[in-house]
Amino acid sequence: MSEELIERVRQAVAKTQRIPVERITLDTTFEELGMDSMDGVNLLFTLEGEFDINVPDDQARQIRTVRQMVEGIDTLLKAKAS
Amino acid sequence: MRRVAVTGLGVISALGTSRDQFWEALTAGRSGIGPIQAVDCSQMRFGNGAEVLGYSHGAHFDDKTADFLDRFAQFAIIAAREAVRDAGIEWTQGLREDAAIVTGSCVGGQTTEDAGFADLYKNGRTRMNPLSIPRTMSNAGASHISMEFGIRGPSYNVSTACSSSGHAIGQAFHMVRSGAAPLAIAGGSEAPFSFAFLKAWEAMRVVSPDTCRPFSRDRQGMIIGEGGAMFVLEPLDAARLRGARVYAEICGFGMSSDAHHLTQPSSAGAAKAMWAALKDAGVPPEAIGYINAHGTGTITNDISECAAIREVFGSHVERVAVSSTKSMHGHGLGAAAAFEAAATALALHHGLLPPTANFREADPACDLDVVPNDPRAARVEYALSNSFAFGGMNAVLAIRAVC
Repeated sequence: MSEELIERVRQAVAKTQRIPVERITLDTTFEELGMDSMDGVNLLFTLEGEFDINVPDDQARQIRTVRQMVEGIDTLLKAKAS
Repeated sequence: MRRVAVTGLGVISALGTSRDQFWEALTAGRSGIGPIQAVDCSQMRFGNGAEVLGYSHGAHFDDKTADFLDRFAQFAIIAAREAVRDAGIEWTQGLREDAAIVTGSCVGGQTTEDAGFADLYKNGRTRMNPLSIPRTMSNAGASHISMEFGIRGPSYNVSTACSSSGHAIGQAFHMVRSGAAPLAIAGGSEAPFSFAFLKAWEAMRVVSPDTCRPFSRDRQGMIIGEGGAMFVLEPLDAARLRGARVYAEICGFGMSSDAHHLTQPSSAGAAKAMWAALKDAGVPPEAIGYINAHGTGTITNDISECAAIREVFGSHVERVAVSSTKSMHGHGLGAAAAFEAAATALALHHGLLPPTANFREADPACDLDVVPNDPRAARVEYALSNSFAFGGMNAVLAIRAVC
């Protein structure tokens, strides 16, 4: 997980939720941010566009924290590069 | 107030191009869900839908007429023709003057719009087809039905997402009950299989990658469907006087708003609509023997709806059969409630409850008698047909068997 990747995910969460990026750490849960299912799919839409990846539904449903999101994207980016 | 009879039904759906085919498939537990033909889904997370396979306008409309009709409006007319023929309406000038038409459609001429926009934005065209607007408008189905039969009374379309045709049939029922209209044609139609629209559903992450398994523990979401279903409603005494065959009686209609969330259902809102339908029908929960559920097969709807049914019916829930026919005709969006009300009316008429197809495993969170996979012979007097839309707009019809 690069610092750049973490920063881009934090920025995407801040942008879609319209909250200050300072509120978002790796251990922040999406529940803490008050995100519901529509907020969740909206964030996935933003991240899929940002990184040109596709997040499968079954994986998406498991993601609860910013860290899990970053790790998931990291895995998908590595799979794309190989 | 008048009692309101269902004297005609017309259905075109993934289960066939007629009411009889619809009913035959429902009672065989046979699903119309399969690989989507209209759109290339190879790059999507889902590939199955409930389409009217093999449909061609040629059997129903000449080419010139069809030029003016989006697929959704064609389905509306085909269903209305079958319903009117089925009812054996004896048209008089007075009846044509005052009869009502209320349709439900969520997205109107979606495929016309998609093709036109693709031409403009992608294919370098500089003009839109002048028929785009009249084909796309969601009241086009109602307009064409009025022109086809020369009906000049109140006519409109209701668009409340997945409850559209439930609201439409309910509004028409109230007009006939009050005497505001001597007859109504009501129902809904939808033709949502365009590439962009399916991509938008994909982004919602609520469409199943395999099939629709309402109330089953392994359900993975809804399956989009298409088609049309129309009812002929008229006063019961008038129908009996002319010797019409009566399928059932619409006896109550309840509406509510969740005031909660655009897409997350609220069991309180659903329960409130069921209570409203029971009150309008003047019967207690204990009178109900069957519920045709909204039953989309999404994780959240099915749990929320089962909680609402438990709240309304209490201990009587043990004696209520609940099935979701979306497992067979798919989620027809604006047409869904009309498919399901038709299934309910036919179930009461024939004394046979359609099952929840594709069911594999009980879910403790949906612990109701969901009539899994096989139809059930049962004489039921009163039933409900539930519709709960995105936007939190709920419509529940109460339907009664007529002996």
